[in-house]
Amino acid sequence: MQVSLFVTCLVDQLRPEVGQATLALLEHAGCTVNFNPSQTCCGQPACNAGYEGEAQQVARHTMDVLAGDDPIVVPSGSCAAQLKHYADLFDAEDPDHARAVALAPRVHELSAFLVDQMNYDASGASFEGTLTWHDACHTLRELGVKDQPRHLLGQVAGAQLVEAPECETCCGFGGTFAIKMPEISVAMSDRKLDEIIALGVDSIVSTDISCLMQLGGRLISRGSNIRALHLAEILAP
Amino acid sequence: MSKKDPAIAELTANDFGPASRRALQDAPLRRALAKATNTFKGRREAALDEMPDWEALRTHGRAIKDETLSRLPHHLTRFIEQATAKGTQVHFAQDRAEACAWIGDLAERLEAKTVVKSKSMMTEEIGLNHALEARGLYPVETDLGEWIIQLAGETPSHIIVPAIHKSRESVAKLFEERLGAEPDLDAVRLTQLAREILRTSFLEAELGISGVNFAIAETGSFLVLENEGNARLTTSLPRVHVAIMGIEKLLPRWSDLETFLRLLPRSGTGQHLTSYQSIFTGPKRNPGDEGPDEMHVLILDNGRTDILADEVTRETLACIRCGACLNVCPVYAQVGGHSYGSVYPGPIGAILTPQLAGADQATPLPGASSLCGACRDVCPVKIDIPRILLHQRREVTRKLPWRAPFERLGFWVWARMASSPRLWRIGTYLIRPFVRFAGGSNLLSRGFCRLIPPLAAWSGGRSLPTPAKKSFRQQYEESRP
Ligand code: SF4
Repeated sequence: MQVSLFVTCLVDQLRPEVGQATLALLEHAGCTVNFNPSQTCCGQPACNAGYEGEAQQVARHTMDVLAGDDPIVVPSGSCAAQLKHYADLFDAEDPDHARAVALAPRVHELSAFLVDQMNYDASGASFEGTLTWHDACHTLRELGVKDQPRHLLGQVAGAQLVEAPECETCCGFGGTFAIKMPEISVAMSDRKLDEIIALGVDSIVSTDISCLMQLGGRLISRGSNIRALHLAEILAP
Repeated sequence: MSKKDPAIAELTANDFGPASRRALQDAPLRRALAKATNTFKGRREAALDEMPDWEALRTHGRAIKDETLSRLPHHLTRFIEQATAKGTQVHFAQDRAEACAWIGDLAERLEAKTVVKSKSMMTEEIGLNHALEARGLYPVETDLGEWIIQLAGETPSHIIVPAIHKSRESVAKLFEERLGAEPDLDAVRLTQLAREILRTSFLEAELGISGVNFAIAETGSFLVLENEGNARLTTSLPRVHVAIMGIEKLLPRWSDLETFLRLLPRSGTGQHLTSYQSIFTGPKRNPGDEGPDEMHVLILDNGRTDILADEVTRETLACIRCGACLNVCPVYAQVGGHSYGSVYPGPIGAILTPQLAGADQATPLPGASSLCGACRDVCPVKIDIPRILLHQRREVTRKLPWRAPFERLGFWVWARMASSPRLWRIGTYLIRPFVRFAGGSNLLSRGFCRLIPPLAAWSGGRSLPTPAKKSFRQQYEESRP
């Protein structure tokens, strides 16, 4: 199957190894992966902060870059949800609205794509240690993805999944919120991290690089050695 | 003073930033909040476990609300006709000044020395207590939580649990200081004491003021839900009962109550039903009957017609004030209700306050959310709060374009970069080393980091992520020429 990879700006700039792992995974799953290097960002920061014109401009560019019929795979639930909701940015009469409507069903978050579309078997991967899953808000509530990553992690040799009761609680990132209201944002992280530290796991895993940046950054500041890992890094063959 | 009187009493929503930072430093407050919100969350989930048709019920509830709002004038007319026919006197007030003046006049006409009140968010919204106090009348709150708040001279911090921010210890201390109670009473003794004092007020009161949970157009009845029996006493012992409601409280039919009586208590407190449901359809008809001689309903607009006219945000008026969105909100759980500077805190407050009072009166509130969506998931009438918050953020950047000039400039530059692959490549290539440098632990790095506001804000409690030496696209292009 031909797929188009939208790697997201944060993976591109901050964690290219997650992009590499995603690429390797998709190829291992039997996909031919097309990566268009003209891609930039999904535009969520502007949309989130209320800059509609800017968000539209970036959305138009991204729709150009992702033109075609292939499924689009995104290693981030939040960016995937943004791509899926491009239609909300345009008036119904705007031709870009129709383009956005056509784009939406092509967009897949990585774990959902692997399980629902490829019936992927992750038993070839191995990981030593205990981990807990963080249900990123948009992955869970916008895309309804909850079981797929757990299903995959369950197949990984050696990986021991320990559920945190607050797994669905927001990490506190929230895009520009993390910078506009940093004290509240950090306090929200601490609420989750207190619980996860008490669980005694080795790693927090998620499919959203922004949550991992938030939780990982806070873990370092707190002097914890729990690692914040992307699902692709664990599943990579 | 030229500043227009906001539709919400004692509004200080523009101070959300400093107020929330103060709340974060208040350890007892955060302990009380965490405990209470977790309890209510747990009870709600337990109550829903027994409701397999919950989703269908929510959809139905919302459909009824949409139907009502789409023909509100019609339903209002019907309610007035029916209520009047049953002997209830119906009145209208445009704004809070009019409403407060009308109630003050009524109390004066009755020469009421004692006025009792049951819990009502509408009376909080219009600042009724202070308005009456200014006329020398002292209404007594009879809901235990509200009474505590009144005794402490505070405002409620939750729409159904007004004293949620107070621990048992702090209430015991308050009773000791204000009422001369023995020190450190337990919850039972505290409640007993409150009951004894409140009994006298009930017996003396000439006027009872209540809110309204639902008003039925078909029959001209209205319903008040509560757990303490205080609303029942407030509305039956005094000679005159006034119920205050916003125009959006209507339901078309009696049978619609079936849906909402299932939705509201489960969402709010996790109860199958509140302990008391009082339905009012007119005053007493015969001298021997129980109940008040006079029954009045005061219907208030206070900005709601404008909300109704706005297609994008209209659904805000579907809210039944259950408080579920507050209990699940991770921001509310950290900063508490007072931080919002409005009688309506939490997610519903963040969307309702700017609509009632004007975007410029509550600019930080639409931003006081990580848009996590937990509120939308629990809302019994499916209000899409994150969508409205986003809409309001756009309104703020549109109506107050120069509120944050650097942010605006930053997004302008960023959008140009992100829509041109060449500029993006050059821009990110140039920025990466700076961010790498800012993340260093030496003095120079830390000084530099402090100069760039977004980096400084991030690194206050979180280590900065280190940009890769080579981006993914560089790596990709090098490995696959
Ligand atoms: S917005 Fe929904 S959840 Fe929040 S108080 Fe209103 S009805 Fe309840």
